[in-house]
Amino acid sequence: MEATLLRARGEKGSVSLDSFLRRGGYEGLRKALSIGAEAVTKEVINSELRGRGGAGFPTGRKWTFVPRDHPGPKYLVCNADESEPGTFKDREIMEVDPHLVLEGIAIASFAVGASTSYIYIRGEFVRWARILEAAIAEARERKFLGRNILGSGFDLDVWVYRGAGAYICGEETALLESLEGKRGFPRLKPPFPAIVGAFGKPTVVNNVETLACLPSIIMNGAVWFTSIGRPRNTGPKLYSVSGHVNRPGVYELPIGTTFREIIFEHCGGIRGGKALKAFFPGGSSAPVLAARDLDVRADFDACAEAGSMLGSGGVIVLDESVDMVEVACNLAHFYAHESCGQCTPCREGADWCMDILERILEGHGRPADPETLLRICRFASGGMTICPLGDAFSLPISSLVGKFPEDFERRIKPAAPLPTKKFPVLPWSRPGTGFGV
Amino acid sequence: MSTTPIRAASVEALQSFRFDRTLDEQIAGLVERFPTRRAALIPTLWLLQERYGWISPEVIEATARRLGESPAFVEGVVTFYTMFRTSPPARYVLQVCTTLSCAVCGATELLAHLHDRLGIGPGEKTLDGLFQIVGVQCLGACGGAPVIQVNDDYYENLDASRLDALLGQLTGRP
Repeated sequence: MEATLLRARGEKGSVSLDSFLRRGGYEGLRKALSIGAEAVTKEVINSELRGRGGAGFPTGRKWTFVPRDHPGPKYLVCNADESEPGTFKDREIMEVDPHLVLEGIAIASFAVGASTSYIYIRGEFVRWARILEAAIAEARERKFLGRNILGSGFDLDVWVYRGAGAYICGEETALLESLEGKRGFPRLKPPFPAIVGAFGKPTVVNNVETLACLPSIIMNGAVWFTSIGRPRNTGPKLYSVSGHVNRPGVYELPIGTTFREIIFEHCGGIRGGKALKAFFPGGSSAPVLAARDLDVRADFDACAEAGSMLGSGGVIVLDESVDMVEVACNLAHFYAHESCGQCTPCREGADWCMDILERILEGHGRPADPETLLRICRFASGGMTICPLGDAFSLPISSLVGKFPEDFERRIKPAAPLPTKKFPVLPWSRPGTGFGV
Repeated sequence: MSTTPIRAASVEALQSFRFDRTLDEQIAGLVERFPTRRAALIPTLWLLQERYGWISPEVIEATARRLGESPAFVEGVVTFYTMFRTSPPARYVLQVCTTLSCAVCGATELLAHLHDRLGIGPGEKTLDGLFQIVGVQCLGACGGAPVIQVNDDYYENLDASRLDALLGQLTGRP
């Protein structure tokens, strides 16, 4: 397949506007402005493009939730808060082709009637924020952004907004809270952002990769887009592959490529000639899949049928030397750190999982621990929390416990019970802490 | 590429902190981008941290006054986001990614190597104020695992020898 999203890769100076124009840049925007907002939305609906950020919600349908005749401002927010462990595809697009993202933003803003757009980029991506800012300045100067774009009467201001280190701000309502200058606490839904979003106004939040798909959908048509993949799972997809493979990196492939092809053909197989043990198909928040699931197709529906999710397309590959208890503990640590703390099941649950898993690793596992972990995960998932972070830590941990019980048993069986003390030792009654007993 | 060192303002220097004209103008420019003044808070904090290296209690108070918020609100935001520093940092902050892909590709060995070389672990600073190690969560560069972010710059595909070369480059003693 010819590259669409990463067609600029390998080209020298691909970030400049001139280079982008040579590749046919901003032609999609020109066409969009000439056919009108409704035709653009229809084309995107027909393309069956699904959100590339992780949830896989149909993009065109998301746009239609925005009230058409709403008086006052509407916003389009580009979600560049790429923080899902194992995911680094948006960074690649911004690095090689920032104008492609801007063109997508302009098309989406035009379709939903937004005249201000914010790119929410994670705080660590200083370099990529600067690339985007330079591209915006260049596009403004040449009238691809700003007032009266390409003489159409459509105005659009785009601003880069840097986050400051919070995984949770990738969740769209937490992102909006953060954009409003607050802590990134997810909001209860409904109302959905399309009705009450940024600053109380209708807002569409789309991922970088989703937006980068738009110019080619407009230029080549929905029929071309649906010719890649299969119904409900269409278009090119970026897979970021990391872990124990020979050639980790970002690969643009037709959606629905099997994981076997991704890992063994494109990434050159497992490092050091070892055997594959397991892989996360779509970032660390997706349930883990075992080596026997290699022939699952990497699209939304096939991953769901296999009991996992495509998520962001971040494939983390683990070889046979990896101990799944350590994996679970590492992830529990991540989610315990990143839980915003609003909902008890997530705030406490991730911490409890971390404590239990650390205890198992220290050699003090108990036979009931796997069951306790599963119980905590049940308690925190399935809509028990405001946002999906509760599920995000429960699903991978319960899948690790469920699919690799032998790793847990091996750790637990010879484990010595914790030495029991006569009194519970609380931090403030420990000798030498200055608080006395 | 060489990483610019952080020149952090001392605790004493920020005790009588006031906005100067340049900052005032920059903040006014930020406020214009949003429909509410509050939305300019995080960009303003970035501006201040870039200039002073960290966010002191006095800076929090002045920022709150400038944007019409309470100091408690501003402190709440500062402490929620892990990238805002509430104490003066070292000149080079080594942010070692410890999440899954980096962990299975050698982040633990990198931390051990840093401990051997610098005598410090995560959360610690060298006595000369040159280096500080922070264990961080996923940096979104898993394809280049293991990754360390030094100040604003990413260094990928590291191992002990590349790390030594990097430290040599930063200290100017290769």
